[in-house]
Amino acid sequence: MPVRYLDNSTSLANAQWSAKTRKQQWLSWLTWLLGVSLFILCWKMISDNTLWVFVEDAPKQGADLISRMVPPQWDYTPKLWQPLWDTINIATFGTLLGIVMAFPCAFLAARNTTPHPLIRSAALMIIVSSRSINSLIWAMLLVTILGPGLLAGILAIALRSIGFVGKLLYEAIEEIHPTPVEAITATGASRLQVMAYAVLPQVMPAFAGISIYRWDINIRESTVLGLVGAGGIGLQLNAAINTLAWDKVSMIFILIFATVLVSEWISAKVRKAFL
Amino acid sequence: MKPLLNRTDLARQGQWRPMPLIRDVRYRYLLILAVLAYFCLAFLSIDVNWTRVAEGMGRAARFLSAFLQPDFTSRSQDIINGLLESLTMTLTSTVIGVLLAIPVGVGAARNIAPLPIYLFCRAIIAISRTFQEIIIAILFVVMFGFGPLAGMITLAFATVGFMAKLLAEDIEDIDERQVEAIRSTGARWLQLMNYAVQPQVMPRLIGLSVYRLDINFRESAVIGIVGAGGIGATLNTSLSRYEYGTAAAILIIIIAIVMLTEYCSGYIRRWVQ
Amino acid sequence: MLSIQSLSKRYNTGDRALTNVNIQIPKGQVVALIGPSGAGKSTLIRCVNRLVEPTEGQVFLGDTQLTQLNNRQLRAARRRMGMIFQDYALIDRLSVMENVLSGYLGYTGFWRSFLRRYPQDVIAEAFRLLERVGLESFIDKRADALSGGQRQRVGIARALLQNPQILLVDEPTASLDPKTSRQIMRLIRELCAERELSAIINIHDVHLAQQFADRIIGLKAGEVVFDGEPEALDTDMLTLIYGEEDWNPQTDTEDDDSVQTQTPDPIRMGAKVAMV
Repeated sequence: MPVRYLDNSTSLANAQWSAKTRKQQWLSWLTWLLGVSLFILCWKMISDNTLWVFVEDAPKQGADLISRMVPPQWDYTPKLWQPLWDTINIATFGTLLGIVMAFPCAFLAARNTTPHPLIRSAALMIIVSSRSINSLIWAMLLVTILGPGLLAGILAIALRSIGFVGKLLYEAIEEIHPTPVEAITATGASRLQVMAYAVLPQVMPAFAGISIYRWDINIRESTVLGLVGAGGIGLQLNAAINTLAWDKVSMIFILIFATVLVSEWISAKVRKAFL
Repeated sequence: MKPLLNRTDLARQGQWRPMPLIRDVRYRYLLILAVLAYFCLAFLSIDVNWTRVAEGMGRAARFLSAFLQPDFTSRSQDIINGLLESLTMTLTSTVIGVLLAIPVGVGAARNIAPLPIYLFCRAIIAISRTFQEIIIAILFVVMFGFGPLAGMITLAFATVGFMAKLLAEDIEDIDERQVEAIRSTGARWLQLMNYAVQPQVMPRLIGLSVYRLDINFRESAVIGIVGAGGIGATLNTSLSRYEYGTAAAILIIIIAIVMLTEYCSGYIRRWVQ
Repeated sequence: MLSIQSLSKRYNTGDRALTNVNIQIPKGQVVALIGPSGAGKSTLIRCVNRLVEPTEGQVFLGDTQLTQLNNRQLRAARRRMGMIFQDYALIDRLSVMENVLSGYLGYTGFWRSFLRRYPQDVIAEAFRLLERVGLESFIDKRADALSGGQRQRVGIARALLQNPQILLVDEPTASLDPKTSRQIMRLIRELCAERELSAIINIHDVHLAQQFADRIIGLKAGEVVFDGEPEALDTDMLTLIYGEEDWNPQTDTEDDDSVQTQTPDPIRMGAKVAMV
């Protein structure tokens, strides 16, 4: 192999290496500068809106809070079973209702099953709106419209679930194998039959998994819906906080924690069974 | 009596039904019965005040019509303040949360961290992930007082749990050969992190941060309900005053910003990878 | 029986897939369609049952002009054309029986098919077909539990349950080993003979085509360049269809991996070695 030597040894001594060119370096510094100043600006806005006297007091407040929370008021538990039952019902019925509405939405929103691009954008709009708004906000709206109670909670969970289930499901539909669709179309099947025979069996496992996963999330979310009056254990939580009964609050936290763990376990089990 | 035929013989005569999902007949009926019983019980325990619902229909109609002509102007100052607060909370909490999540995430990766640190970091993640943001917000409002600081700390705390868990999983999945290669050059621990681990997880870390920014904005709209600042407080006030026009305007703004951030984050994530 | 008249297809991307294709297929004839990848074989058979819409030209099945039908009429016409696919195109998560019965979808309403309520004689017929292809003990197996050859048999049974007049077969053996390929081709051949079916078979394997088809059509860049008896397909014709290549089977087996020379041996090229 011929080796090419550098005849000019000074160039080797002065050799500099850098991962970026001069211009890129400037640009990256500028970006950092902008980012940091934006962050400082935001921070200043927040600190202007904060009473720092309270913040200095925070460790004491925190310690006080914990001392009031421990021990939890165990004998409060019997009064919590009914709200807990309601919470689970809100999550379950809300999920079911959400799934029922999300299912057609997803088929209308998937590029390969939608009957028309205009309908597709409408379905996507529904999905995005539903996803953008937290279930608590939905609950707040529905409580002012329908009055407090379980119904508002169920509808709030359902409305939020449409977007979640709809989005994941339409993505699953867009990822199916096209050949079975071709094959079923070639038998002379109608549009609906193609959906039922070629598309549905392919997305069914994904659909079941998504629904169970959403149910699991909904259990968590329905525990706090009561804060805005939409029923469930959150109502008790709200009452306990308003009366500063922190030992009851900690009891409710423990129950929520346990429920969430159980629902997570069930959801993991069922999902494993489906896949 | 008809002779008992198996499914093949029945199919030959044209008698065929799809296989049931659950083979055992008793188990199948038990399951159906249990589900039915649950639904009956649950349905009976939901008592709905139908007269109140009927009254609500008028309000629902008014709300829907408010959506067609949202009122951006009459409370514009409140909306702008709330929105600015939400956006600042979102940005600061994401930055702080991600910065804090990096050490926690590194500590929660089993292939890098020693066991005591691993357990400690995993505990932080578990606590942060179990409770809803709003519950954490309640506690922080009690501690730090009303205002955006409590909201920011809440969101930063939630961000730590979310990011650290995913970061830890990413680090556990990295290519060991690259780590070995850098280690064999005699690099220090920090150099190892910088040369072998960081390049592998950085693109996803950036992508996830952008995604979390998106989530934090959505959450910032909620935690205002319990006094932690942001647009949620404005929304709550407008709803309790039955100012549907303003509420509709706020919701439309939230949806628009979420759509925008989602679009941008998708773009950034594609650009990073 | 099937008549393709001056058929052309241009895709939206501007690619011309087919140019002025004219083919007449009488009843009971098995036609092999050969040609290099991208020659338009798949497009051609998909233009027949209009899974791909042709740009110009007409296709007649019997007296029906397929290219003029509205949606409803097209569905009815598709029932008369059974299609068999390269990757079987079965519904993996449904049972073998359900897969075969899906061939009856064009004859039944949505709810009946959704609830799997099929007439007794249809189920019996589906079972007879499964027996014919040797899969009667697999009716309750899920389609993804079968081997490649078995899946292709299910695909054939599904196509036959349509009670078709013609089979459109797209690379039936491309995913199968040589032995199974021959079995599947023989099965298709026999079934065509039993039921007096015509068939168009897209196939890569020239060997199999010559062995099992009554007639061979060579397609190159969307145009018919050869149409005739299998015996008439000589090395000159293969060169015309596929481009220059040493078509001698002897040298093929001798130096399988070696790069073929750009200019084939003129003596061998002239010798017209039989391919069977």
